[in-house]
Amino acid sequence: MDPLVRLLGVSKKFGGSTALQPTDLEFRSGLTTALIGPSGCGKSTLLRLLIALLTPDSGKITFDGTEVNEANAQQLRRRVGYVIQEGGLFPHLTARANVLLMSRHLGRPPEEMESRLEELCALSQFPRDALDRYPAELSGGQRQRVSLMRALMLSPELLLLDEPLGALDPLVRSALQRDLKQIFTRLKQTAVLVTHDMGEAAYLADEIVLMNEGRVVQRGSVADLREHPASEFVSGFINAQRSAAF
Amino acid sequence: MKPGTFLILAGFLVIATALPAKTIVVGSKKFTESYVLGEIAKTVLERSGFEVQQRAGMGGTIILWQALSGGQIDVYPEYTGTIGEEILKTKQSLPEGAMRAALAKFGVGMSADLGFNNTYALVMRRAEAVRLGIRSISDLRRHPDLKAGLTHEFLDRQDGWRPLESRYGLTMLNVSGIDHAIGYAALANGSIDLKDAYSTDAKIQENGLVVLQDDFHFFPEYKAVFLYRMQLEPRAIDALNHFGGIDEARMITLNAAAERTKNYAYAATQYFHASPNETAPPPRQFAPKLFRWISRHLELAGISLFFSILVGLPLGIAASRGGALGQSILAIIGMIQTIPSLALLALLVPVPFLGISASTAIVALFLYGLLPIVRNTATGLQEIPPALRDSAIALGLGPGARLRKIYLPLASRTILAGIKTSAVINIGTATLAALIGAGGLGEPILSGLNLNDNATILEGAIPAALLALLVQGLFDLLDRFLIPRGLRL
Ligand SMILES: Nc1ncnc2c1ncn2[C@@H]1O[C@H](COP(=O)(O)OP(=O)(O)OP(=O)(O)O)[C@@H](O)[C@H]1O
Ligand SMILES: [Mg+2]
Repeated sequence: MDPLVRLLGVSKKFGGSTALQPTDLEFRSGLTTALIGPSGCGKSTLLRLLIALLTPDSGKITFDGTEVNEANAQQLRRRVGYVIQEGGLFPHLTARANVLLMSRHLGRPPEEMESRLEELCALSQFPRDALDRYPAELSGGQRQRVSLMRALMLSPELLLLDEPLGALDPLVRSALQRDLKQIFTRLKQTAVLVTHDMGEAAYLADEIVLMNEGRVVQRGSVADLREHPASEFVSGFINAQRSAAF
Repeated sequence: MKPGTFLILAGFLVIATALPAKTIVVGSKKFTESYVLGEIAKTVLERSGFEVQQRAGMGGTIILWQALSGGQIDVYPEYTGTIGEEILKTKQSLPEGAMRAALAKFGVGMSADLGFNNTYALVMRRAEAVRLGIRSISDLRRHPDLKAGLTHEFLDRQDGWRPLESRYGLTMLNVSGIDHAIGYAALANGSIDLKDAYSTDAKIQENGLVVLQDDFHFFPEYKAVFLYRMQLEPRAIDALNHFGGIDEARMITLNAAAERTKNYAYAATQYFHASPNETAPPPRQFAPKLFRWISRHLELAGISLFFSILVGLPLGIAASRGGALGQSILAIIGMIQTIPSLALLALLVPVPFLGISASTAIVALFLYGLLPIVRNTATGLQEIPPALRDSAIALGLGPGARLRKIYLPLASRTILAGIKTSAVINIGTATLAALIGAGGLGEPILSGLNLNDNATILEGAIPAALLALLVQGLFDLLDRFLIPRGLRL
């Protein structure tokens, strides 16, 4: 099967400094990939390139066989969901309005929107009676659930998550990890997840992409990385993670 | 000429004379005598069957002259000395014939001399003058430490203070600019010792002042005349030339009546009535007047605010994107704000289609109203957190929808604060509209200043201040409806 997303020699510079070296990468349908690596290694940059918030300096990105360009970016974004650390919810809109924003904009039938909303509330364990609250009236975990519902509303082919659980306390975090895992499996959702936490990556992802200094260092399962580290950096990174857990 | 053509022409003539005459607009300058003469011209023309519109207290010579030559007004009272020095800018005094010829080039005619000479004069308190032994202007050379408070116009005129100083060899040490009417009060209470005056000012008699003798014959003659547009109907011109004339004593009485009753139209009727005390001043009804001032004021401020919003929002959006365009928008609009309001009005008066009118005031207020709206719109939009901008783009909203559904609501608080500032500033600045005859609450403030009458000033100043507070309160209320609830938590 052809990969859903393919990067060919994609690179990105900010001013003089390189955030992403020329990179080839593929993401296949139905799989969850975790992007992991030290701070500043280019994980968010890669994600922002995937949703066309950034344009590559070189190389090209294809989505479902189509090369992403300025003209089709807006249409393609509607087929991709994007969740960021603090949720990126619009404070002037209620939870419901945040989730329904795009489908209302696209004029979807109200019954269809309602039933989808119902489904998403159940799926992401969000209390229906909190739908009419504003983001400021929600807890951090609830906000992330709303953000997730908003990203999933149009049934995206690809879900991008940039440290979605980064700012949450451990209990809420593990509850959300469990719910995310369920959503990924139940929806067979293709997802790319950025995280700092090897355990989270191992739990949620089918495959790990380890990055360092704007480069993909190794790609594989957690076991691959642990047992056949491609370099000293890989074993060092995994060991540091393990010791941090204790 | 063929008989047929003649008949058609004659027919046109008959129709033309039968048509109601076009309204004649009478202007006047911003001092008592000019107001009174304007009212007299109005009555004279009305008695000859013309419709007359009054534009009282429009400003100084330059504004009136531009309004007349530009066709916004048809008649206003002027003085021969001013025509020579300020309008035609001649070095020596012109004979009457040459003056008429020079004015005709602008399409402006000059009536016969009205019968009095209102020249400039320097005045002092009589007691002080006697004590110091000052009788003539040249005596001032011995007293360089006297405090002079001179009108701004006199300070700047070609026949004003500077040439007078050099002609008489004066070296006065304390010279400052002061409004004419306020200057009289300052002279009375001793804040100043010397001021410029017009020789028919009622205050000279009332306040016990003495006119210093112009022993070098420095001041030219200032005979009062009406200047009018030559297009005016001959019948109207004839009426202005032959209504009877006014001598100096009469003019001082009329000026005194105007200042006593604070009613220029009443003073003018004194001229037409045989015995001056026969009619009391008509009772002035305050409520309808106040209503008229306030509604005009709100109209000026409201229309200009509407356009400030209409233009300011898009400019603010453009400015929020930064770059050369954004920088220059903010720079230009900031610059407009630094032009003093009086200067801005004076700059706008010569602009075609504006002139002396409410539109000019509205344009000026509109320009002043832009900065707070443009700046706050730009800042409000720039302050939106990058994460929210990214979210809006990542959802797949187009640029227009992002602006409407996300960015503008997020910036609404800041934008509304800008609009509120603009509205409050507009209410305050709109009082200046009266300077160019556009009415509003500036009208009583201006005539109060002119008559040196605090009660009249307050009739305008208090409602203006209350109005500003009211507008502020209304906008605070409006915030509740226009700022999304989620942003007020
Ligand atoms: N908009 C930008 N302008 C300039 N430099 C940027 C910009 N965005 C990212 N960078 C730089 O590019 C590099 C990669 O940043 P990126 O945000 O992709 O890192 P990251 O892997 O997501 O790090 P973290 O784990 O801390 O989120 C960093 O050195 C960062 O400083
Ligand atoms: Mg990041």
